[in-house]
Amino acid sequence: MDQIDRDLLNQIQEEIPVTERPYAQMAESLGISEEEVIERLAVFKNQEVIRRMGGVFDSRRLGYKGTLCAMKVPRERIEEVAAIINQYTGITHNYLRRHDYNMWFTLLSRSLEKTEKILAEIRRKTGIDDLMDLPSRRFFKVRVNFDVKAT
Amino acid sequence: MDFNEADKKLIVELQAGLPLVSRPFAELGERVGLSEAQVLGRVREWKEAGVLRRLGAALRHRKVGYSGNALLVWKIPEDRVGEVGKKFAALPEVSHCYERQVLPQWPYSLYTMVHGATEEACLALAKKLVDLAGVSEHDYDVLYSYAELKKSSMEYFAD
Repeated sequence: MDQIDRDLLNQIQEEIPVTERPYAQMAESLGISEEEVIERLAVFKNQEVIRRMGGVFDSRRLGYKGTLCAMKVPRERIEEVAAIINQYTGITHNYLRRHDYNMWFTLLSRSLEKTEKILAEIRRKTGIDDLMDLPSRRFFKVRVNFDVKAT
Repeated sequence: MDFNEADKKLIVELQAGLPLVSRPFAELGERVGLSEAQVLGRVREWKEAGVLRRLGAALRHRKVGYSGNALLVWKIPEDRVGEVGKKFAALPEVSHCYERQVLPQWPYSLYTMVHGATEEACLALAKKLVDLAGVSEHDYDVLYSYAELKKSSMEYFAD
């Protein structure tokens, strides 16, 4: 990864210009050609350095409700329970964390009724009742940029 | 804000990804039946209204040296949540900060996420927040993530 790569990654995390030729505009500030910007980005996508490149929408403004859920899953059942949970498209993140409540996942859905229905389904399919639903009450911050530094 | 069928299609396409071609907004327009100018107009409008938080790339943290994350949960009295939440949110190390509903078995009201290369780095960041909030060691917990079981982008309007 050279300095242009790092500058490009920092820039593309911040903002893609909303103009006819956004990559040409980025190329100008980086001092390379539009083709080269597109090529380098394609390489990052193939290498999965870039997970996704596109719009990040405010789910609440699109009419979705979000919650964070935590579950106590016996160690030997983690894989099986994760398979059940991960099949829901509204469950976008699922992590194992060091705690008795070890499985933590986020759930987005169109309504509170839908959320409750999905959680009831998960309780029934897994037989695990100890599932906390922790809806957000106030939002202070979301930032997903990471400074790509030379190492 | 209301969204018609073309809007919804465009949101799904934008969310899936901006094409790597010279005129990506024209290409998206072709897919959903809008002109390049209409697509640019809608994207600008949505950004202005805050519907579209940003147009950019999300990196795989584990590939750029931020391999770990910790969810820090805080027991903060109701009347201090606003003040402490704002303090936490102002820190560059904090990526997410939310107030959430408490439960009888779960008294934590404030949630922050921090990222670091190692668990030790995450714990050091947690210490910084502890000092800032002025809470005792009984009033918070660090939930380090040791495995990612799923991380995907939301598919809006899919159901």
